[in-house]
Amino acid sequence: MKRKHKRLSFVLVALVLLAGAVGLMLVAFEEKIVFFYGPSDVLEKAPPADKRLRVGGLVEKGSIEKTAGSTVVAFRITDINATVPVTYDGILPDLFREGQGVVTEGYYRNGVFEADEVLAKHDENYMPPEVADALKKSGQWQHMKDQLEESGQIEKKKK
Amino acid sequence: MKRIDYLANPTRFMRLAAVLTPWMGWATVLLAAVGLYLAFFVAPPDYQQGESVRIMYVHVPTSWMALFCYVSMAVAAATGLIWKHPVADLVAKCTAPVGAAFCFLALLTGSLWGKPMWGTYWVWDARLTSMLILLFLYLGYIALVNAFDDPARGAKASSILVLVGVVNVPIIKFSVDWWNTLHQPASVIKMGGPSIHPTMLWPLLLMALAFTTYYVWVLMVRVRGEIIANKIRVLRLKQVHG
Repeated sequence: MKRKHKRLSFVLVALVLLAGAVGLMLVAFEEKIVFFYGPSDVLEKAPPADKRLRVGGLVEKGSIEKTAGSTVVAFRITDINATVPVTYDGILPDLFREGQGVVTEGYYRNGVFEADEVLAKHDENYMPPEVADALKKSGQWQHMKDQLEESGQIEKKKK
Repeated sequence: MKRIDYLANPTRFMRLAAVLTPWMGWATVLLAAVGLYLAFFVAPPDYQQGESVRIMYVHVPTSWMALFCYVSMAVAAATGLIWKHPVADLVAKCTAPVGAAFCFLALLTGSLWGKPMWGTYWVWDARLTSMLILLFLYLGYIALVNAFDDPARGAKASSILVLVGVVNVPIIKFSVDWWNTLHQPASVIKMGGPSIHPTMLWPLLLMALAFTTYYVWVLMVRVRGEIIANKIRVLRLKQVHG
């Protein structure tokens, strides 16, 4: 084998081994890398009240209750299968509205998620407003659940 | 291999670069002018993001270029390491600052978009974190390649670093599919075609093309500079020893 062939195979083997090692690490740390949990995860795992976590999903239609004269707001986050009630005191991002994906951060206490941070999640669809309206009118707007799965706002089927 | 062998000769590379440089320069000016005009004045606002969507026309191409430059650097580094082509090491070395600049711009514009849209400048989700690691890989490479008195040793050590870091590239690309992230999934390069309206896609692609020709342009200028600097170094050494 010529020297350059030796070097080539060395580099290739090293890269494959490295990719394997990193792959194993990422799988092992999956729980830590995930940025937020869906409502189903929260109900299933029932995290302790002193554990700080993020819950993400869609703001359920008709669930937003604002308190007059303050910035306190209550709403529910849903992933279609499960729903978690959320309370929050603070300024909401511009994109926050019913049906919008959000990620909230805080503590899960007595069946209510007490958030101290609310982030809006944006999806991968880009279009002019007229097109969005036309799609909605003609009933071609993607079904909510497809859209959710597509954009990773609800947990994709595991394994 | 014939092609790369052909360019491995610095003199031939100089000839090709001399031809390409002005073309790439003018292509960049033209494409960027048209692309920016379309992005700022012709493309419509987004149904959700409003005018903030225009940040995308810089953010997305710079992010692509950050990845593209890194892959180019990795290919050049591997070619230099395995086949010992002198120009390949120079290509890797000259790509690094350009890629680092693209990566920094991608992070900066993303952060500026994140504040009004998400409500935060920064979060530690998988996409943002892996992109920050890419910037550190670039900076680490630049530090390492310049840390040796002997350019050949610097090229060897830093090439290994680039190749180790290349595992980060698929992680960046697929981070939004593998894990829950705040960052949205891909809109253009994905299964089932782009989910971005053609009136927005075209300016975006033009901008991406402009950034690509910009990279080739700057690369040609920089590599020529390096080759000339090497020649001067050799001449100086000859003078001292003669």
